[in-house]
Amino acid sequence: MMNWSEFFAMNGYGFYVWGSYGVAFLVFIIEIFMVRNRRKLALRQLRLLNESGEA
Amino acid sequence: MRLAINWFKYSAPTTFYGLAGKLIPFFAWPAAILFAVGLYIGFFVAPTDAVQSEAYRIMFIHVPASILSMFIYLIMAGYAALGLIFKTRLSSMMASALAPTGALFAFISLWTGALWGKPMWGAWWVWDARLTSELILLFLYLGFIALQASIEDPRRADRASALLAIVGSVNVPIIYYSVQWWNTLHQGSSIKFSGTSMHVAMQQSMFTILVACWLYVIAVVLARVRSIILERESNTQWVKDLAETK
Repeated sequence: MMNWSEFFAMNGYGFYVWGSYGVAFLVFIIEIFMVRNRRKLALRQLRLLNESGEA
Repeated sequence: MRLAINWFKYSAPTTFYGLAGKLIPFFAWPAAILFAVGLYIGFFVAPTDAVQSEAYRIMFIHVPASILSMFIYLIMAGYAALGLIFKTRLSSMMASALAPTGALFAFISLWTGALWGKPMWGAWWVWDARLTSELILLFLYLGFIALQASIEDPRRADRASALLAIVGSVNVPIIYYSVQWWNTLHQGSSIKFSGTSMHVAMQQSMFTILVACWLYVIAVVLARVRSIILERESNTQWVKDLAETK
């Protein structure tokens, strides 16, 4: 089972196996980006508050 | 009082914010490494299954995701209850930080289950006891998030969503025991406390990925709770003094 085409075929179950792992992996990546983005927005908001506070 | 103060020192958002920030990499990187190791064992070491051939490999993500979707809910309900009882803001923030990740794991559990069920049972979805109670779990997570978002005042939002989380936690044991009570389509747990009939490499892969998922959850939730702290404590002096807000 060492050549790649057999590996991806997963003996005919490739769609189901890679459909599962692909979506799971995608979900994790999206969540990581959402969390990082939320932090960016929070910090931007705070900077605005600080600037308006000092002005 | 000396010990008490120390103990509660980290439960205050101010100190927790800094501590959480330092901890995240120590959970995030091991999570990535263990994921890779777990997947390697799962795909290159674990043998082909006699009955299910290669489709069973979905198990290495399906089972951890399902286990976590239940555990995260109980932890979320626990923090929500703490926040409700002791009025500790950080507990409620932790509950809010856990909900999205819990919902995603419930979704992954349902999604991978469907993609495993199609070739093995011949159906994407069956109104089986376990599948249905897991779907209810997903709706409870989404309900918690929606309730939180719909109420303006954070304190009232925490209280309302805490009640929902606590009431909803009765669903978790139902999911767990559903396969015994209504032995419908979903098979019983093949991992019992007395051991498991699975091949050793299969156990290793699943356990490694389970630990990787745990570490991932901790890293993501710590990161999200820091943002919630920044959002909710935006008018406090200590947040204003933070370097990153200059």
